[in-house]
Amino acid sequence: MSVAIDAGAPALEIDNLVVSLGSRPGGDRVIDGISLSVRQGETLCLVGESGSGKSVSSLAVMGLLPKGALRTSGGGIRLVGEDVLAASDRRLRQLRATTMAMIFQEPMTALNPVVPVGRQIDEVLRVHTDLDSRARKRRILDMMAQVHLPEVERIFSSYPHRLSGGQRQRIMIAMALVLEPKLLIADEPTTALDVTTQKQILTLIRELQRDHGTAVLFITHDMGVVAEIADRVAVMRQGRLVETGTLDDILRRPTMEYTRKLLSAVPSLIPRPPRADATTPVVLEANELGKIYRERSFFGGSREVVAARDVTLTLHQGRTLGIVGESGSGKSTVARCIVRLIDPTSGGIRLMGREISELSRRLLQPHRKRIQIIFQDPYRSLNPRISIGETIAEGPINYGMSHADALAKARELLELVHLPADAISRHPHQFSGGQRQRIAIARALALDPDVLVADEAVSALDVSVQAQVLDLLDEIQARLGIALLFITHDLRVAAQICDDVAVMQKGRVVEQGPAAQVLTNPQQAYTRQLLDAAPGRDWDFANFRPIHPISSEAPLTAP
Amino acid sequence: MLGYLIRRVLAAIPVMGVVALFVFLLLRLTPGDPAAIIAGDSATPEQLARIRTMLGLNEPLYTQFFTWIGRLLHGDLGVSLISQVPVLQMIGQRIEPTIAIAVSTIILAVVVAVPLGVVAAWKHGSWIDRFVMGLSVVGFSVPVFVIGYVLIQIFGIELRWLPVQGYRKLAGGFGPFFERLILPTLTLSFIYIALIARMTRAAMLDVLGEDYVRTARAKGIAESGVLLRHALRNAAVPVITVIGTGFALLISGVVVTESVFNLPGIGRLTVDAVLARDYPVIQAMILLTSGIYVAVNLLIDVAYTLLDPRIRY
Repeated sequence: MSVAIDAGAPALEIDNLVVSLGSRPGGDRVIDGISLSVRQGETLCLVGESGSGKSVSSLAVMGLLPKGALRTSGGGIRLVGEDVLAASDRRLRQLRATTMAMIFQEPMTALNPVVPVGRQIDEVLRVHTDLDSRARKRRILDMMAQVHLPEVERIFSSYPHRLSGGQRQRIMIAMALVLEPKLLIADEPTTALDVTTQKQILTLIRELQRDHGTAVLFITHDMGVVAEIADRVAVMRQGRLVETGTLDDILRRPTMEYTRKLLSAVPSLIPRPPRADATTPVVLEANELGKIYRERSFFGGSREVVAARDVTLTLHQGRTLGIVGESGSGKSTVARCIVRLIDPTSGGIRLMGREISELSRRLLQPHRKRIQIIFQDPYRSLNPRISIGETIAEGPINYGMSHADALAKARELLELVHLPADAISRHPHQFSGGQRQRIAIARALALDPDVLVADEAVSALDVSVQAQVLDLLDEIQARLGIALLFITHDLRVAAQICDDVAVMQKGRVVEQGPAAQVLTNPQQAYTRQLLDAAPGRDWDFANFRPIHPISSEAPLTAP
Repeated sequence: MLGYLIRRVLAAIPVMGVVALFVFLLLRLTPGDPAAIIAGDSATPEQLARIRTMLGLNEPLYTQFFTWIGRLLHGDLGVSLISQVPVLQMIGQRIEPTIAIAVSTIILAVVVAVPLGVVAAWKHGSWIDRFVMGLSVVGFSVPVFVIGYVLIQIFGIELRWLPVQGYRKLAGGFGPFFERLILPTLTLSFIYIALIARMTRAAMLDVLGEDYVRTARAKGIAESGVLLRHALRNAAVPVITVIGTGFALLISGVVVTESVFNLPGIGRLTVDAVLARDYPVIQAMILLTSGIYVAVNLLIDVAYTLLDPRIRY
């Protein structure tokens, strides 16, 4: 592979770029005068929370801003010296994939589902080169091997849905780099992936960058990922550049208040000081809980998928139990079984001392209000056509409360979750993601449950909002003495909110114990692997310093 | 794939069995003596007895059913009570115009409507989009016979370019066959163009917002490739569904158009049979129509699996 000869020369220069809403002049500015540059062989991380304009900036570089909705209205973008904004549509198409390429956040949807992946890569070569089909295929297989895909011949002719998320992202990377572009734009390329896969993909991008001398503009909201991959960092907020600097400068010596705030909101991997041991009564027990999905085909024969097996958990009043694991580990299945949204195939669930796993829907009704659930995506878990007040009041009304009393209760709850009282007559679309999650919490609390199940309840939120919602959950627990079952894939979040942690893998609990112990002194290889893969594990972001002795290793090697 | 096809065809058998049972019971469960219904009010007792023997009404019900099914499978659909012609022969005479019109209408509609829908979605909100949407409202809301008579007035009577009505068999030469097909096809295709264009536009609008379309653009592919290779095939499933059901509707007869253009098709045969209570013909038409729907649905499902590898068989 050719190593960049002119290493250090700028591949991308953005100069005072302005992007405005609408197709006519005078629209609101979404990007308001940002300037940055990425040199050959360098990775610049563009960080910011949702709505900061990081993705819009990258789409502007590619010339892919949605027509009619957004337009570049000022400044300049130079790609290896060439003015991209002045380029014709035809020239832009030539530049894409050959000089600049992009990979996206969602590998599940970024590939065309009805075309085999090999042909999707082939399309790039067909459009931009004169190679014959044999040469093209050789080149594609070679590229697929470079991104460490196994059985390249088989995967070449596979459709995307046959591949895992990590494999699809490798295909996207192969497709982006097959023509050795000077600039790679990676827009949250690992956000949708599990931590172990994320680590592999980050390593891969690093490795390919080193081999090809590519300039990488890496967009992310995750400070952990920044710490893993960046050479330099640019922080964005509301369409403006807050500050730019080397990785070390930004993480150790941030000069701007916003950067400090952003870093401080990153939950630490070091568990918070443990609370006193549980002396309160047990409110929830899962006993060897199992869930098997059976798929029956047309002519006999059935396939079994074990989603959960022998899961045993105990939750005390006023305590928080975390279930952590990667996607497909069965953590959400367990949560849904416990709330009886789905029926477990084996095992028992005791809620406030009463066995509920076998109860019929009708007999379950009086127990339902004792256990409530909050879901991951606040944009989809609230009915858009029902006002906030009615949403919150619906539960109590179902259990016989009068409409007026239920609405009064809704008002109290909105106050509890720090939302204005006038929210009651408004609708979900009038609120931000964080506010919606507060509403979802208020809704769950409306029935005075003893147990609150939070299924990835903060995963869709920006770090600063995430920190607020976590604080709110803590506060509610202290005030109401409620027990929390907290499902998350994020070890940092688990470290900050859980008293106890259960680590799940492939439907089983592989390790369980006090958070302080499991997350600092893991006994199982899988737990160690998860902790090792956590991005930015060497940094204590909130205190602007690296973590020196890697705490998970030291006690292990001790005699 | 072949296994899937065989399974689907086998699964169609019980469906058709239920339809056959229903059609069989239609006559037997109608209140009163079936023989009397068939013979009419002025029948003599001898006539009734003869009809009863002919239909096997003196046998137990299940024997009657299996005898009837047995005949059905041999192509014996009975004899029309009115014309005394075998029903199969009647259908044979009437099916050609219906199929000819259905096929030409669907072809014209697809050829016009799919590109219209694609362009409307691509230029979403532009004058082309508004024009296509306006056209489809007109296509839906103007009654078929109005379009038919207007076309006849213009092209048949004023300009004298095309025959006003009637039908010539294909066996009698393509020219006369084709020129009599043009006006009915134009007339009928209006509503199908409206339907298919709307569906294509909606499906394309969905797909054009997908991530893989953005990926395709990021690869530097020309817009035509993005639209046709990446978007249209993904948008095809709902469009194929509409085209398929539209085709089934056309085959089962289009009474108004057949009447306007005086075409001897299936639609008018059905209406005449219903008005005359010609039970054997009605039974045959129900079987034929259901058979067509089952077959078309089968074809649609097979098309799904070809278009979208995620739909597994």
